[in-house]
Amino acid sequence: MQAVKKIKGFSAPRCLKENIFHFCPGCHHGLVHRLTAEAIDHFNLASSAVGVIGVGCGVFLYDYLAIDCCEAPHGRAPAVASGLKRSNPDSFVFTYQGDGDLAAIGTSEVIHAANRKENITIVFVNNSIYGMTGGQMAPTTLPGQKTTTTPFGRNSAGDGFPINMAELIATLPGTAYSARVSCHDAAHVRKARHAMFRAFQAQIEKRGFALIELLSACPTNWRMTPAQSVERLVDEMIPAYPLGTFKDFEL
Amino acid sequence: MSDKLLLKGNVALAMGAIDAGCRYYFGYPITPQNEIPEYLSAELPAVGGVFVQAESELASINMVLGAAAAGKITMTSSSGPGISLMQEGLSYLAGSELPALIVNIARSGPGLGGIAATQGDYGQATRGGGHGDYRLIVLAPNSVQEMYDLAGEAIRLAFSYRNPAMILADAILGQMKEPVLINPAKTPDPEAPWALNGAKNRAPRLVKSLYLKDGEMTVHNWKMHEKYNLLKKNDTRVEVDCPSNCALAVIAFGSAGRIVKTAVSRARKRGLPVGLVRPITLFPFPEQAVAEAAGKSGRTLVIELNTGQMVDDVRLACSGNSEVYFKGYPGGTIPTPEEIEAEICMIFEKGGQRVCRL
Ligand SMILES: Cc1ncc(C[n+]2csc(CCOP(=O)(O)OP(=O)(O)O)c2C)c(N)n1
Ligand code: SF4
Repeated sequence: MQAVKKIKGFSAPRCLKENIFHFCPGCHHGLVHRLTAEAIDHFNLASSAVGVIGVGCGVFLYDYLAIDCCEAPHGRAPAVASGLKRSNPDSFVFTYQGDGDLAAIGTSEVIHAANRKENITIVFVNNSIYGMTGGQMAPTTLPGQKTTTTPFGRNSAGDGFPINMAELIATLPGTAYSARVSCHDAAHVRKARHAMFRAFQAQIEKRGFALIELLSACPTNWRMTPAQSVERLVDEMIPAYPLGTFKDFEL
Repeated sequence: MSDKLLLKGNVALAMGAIDAGCRYYFGYPITPQNEIPEYLSAELPAVGGVFVQAESELASINMVLGAAAAGKITMTSSSGPGISLMQEGLSYLAGSELPALIVNIARSGPGLGGIAATQGDYGQATRGGGHGDYRLIVLAPNSVQEMYDLAGEAIRLAFSYRNPAMILADAILGQMKEPVLINPAKTPDPEAPWALNGAKNRAPRLVKSLYLKDGEMTVHNWKMHEKYNLLKKNDTRVEVDCPSNCALAVIAFGSAGRIVKTAVSRARKRGLPVGLVRPITLFPFPEQAVAEAAGKSGRTLVIELNTGQMVDDVRLACSGNSEVYFKGYPGGTIPTPEEIEAEICMIFEKGGQRVCRL
């Protein structure tokens, strides 16, 4: 793999490997990887963390983070993480999942893991589309949004409505923390970092289930430039997916 | 120290798993195996273990995958539709080379089927069952004692070959009570050099089954194939009881093997030179033992509680060196020893239902 170019005054998190991300230009997966790595460093978890990786564009997380990792079948990461954490409570266990993985095929696993108050952390990347398989409709796709399987735009009557997972998960008593953040500019990335730290803190303090939903761009499958994608994220996604903390273990 | 107890098959199996070191159970209720999770929900916490009732078999097999990735001895149990739901997870376990014990107290099917004893899952169990080129280690007990013993044996084999192992039994074996000699082994926990428990003073580890680079998957498939060859060579288990003048080898496994055993001894009392071959490992299939018995006898009779599944493996093992007769009892119909004895007599008198001619 190609090595990363060093930039003066800018250092990478310690647990981030020096590999060039394979993500498309303008994709926010790389940023979410970095935030995850920063949280691992911040809490000194590199020697106890186990990442459970869902199937989607984030599946190669182990190429970038120098921690123990396990692949999970599509959607089943919260169940795999439950098994890892229950059998080894000293490890710090998080999942990394896309919106197809978590909000379609894996809805049952994430809801029941929260309901059992599993002491795990879920990093949930919502880009309103199936990235890896080439831009099909996700349960998070916005009404009217064109995808390769909604060529005339998502028609809620028949294609369904967007699912707001962070709010839904917050309603469960087993949930200690649930928040939605966005990755589109520096100010929001700072807030996202704070939320990521809270979602990690919840597990460290054994408070229960924690989920952070990160609104992200998929320029390739949105058929947009990175700059246009950021505009769409602000103008269309945030109104449908309000940012905020829906549950916090100390509030 | 060993003790003799009167136990139900399902309970004996659960005890066997605990005595072999299993501490992590994940499962979802389904008849006729509920005594396994019920027993373990009470007993595992007492030995420092964990019992989780999952929301589905999809979840339970993936929790097993997580605990196996953590390097622990872990198991699940189910039947029919539940085992079908687990197939994706089983494929991932095999692909990721993780050990686990999966118990199938089979029920008849397809569909919701029935709960009576059947062997209709032979093909699903022995061919892998899920997607991709893999096999499960499959063990078939024929008594409550073997339910106890083979649970431990399956765990040991799963760990030595880093592959999921299945116990294939049915309601007869799960529900009946027999005296069992229990023997809690004091073996240390097996080593798990793949265990994901945090990269402390070592390089990070990865448990995966995705191989996208050119040729990688092929290498992995051949590696797994080699492992199965080794398993075949070193750990095939079979019970053979053929007289030297054997003129018919009757082949059956599990609860059918039990009924056949009685039928064979009745036929022998009539003076008929009949033998018994009972595969204990269904994968690896005891090809050599079957081939020898078939070659010597010239005739085999396969009895199964289905419409004919293991009979294909018998025909392959015989490779034309024996006539193969078959009698099947699908859907929960259980033959009496007298009925099987009558089948045996018929072959000696005028020939039965032959599926393969010399
Ligand atoms: C059981 C199963 N069904 C389908 C797939 C194919 N598949 C791979 S990734 C994916 C969707 C990925 O979308 P998402 O979770 O939103 O992640 P993204 O790639 O957008 O980050 C699908 C359907 C699969 N791997 N397994
Ligand atoms: S397809 Fe979309 S989600 Fe996947 S790497 Fe490219 S931009 Fe990111």
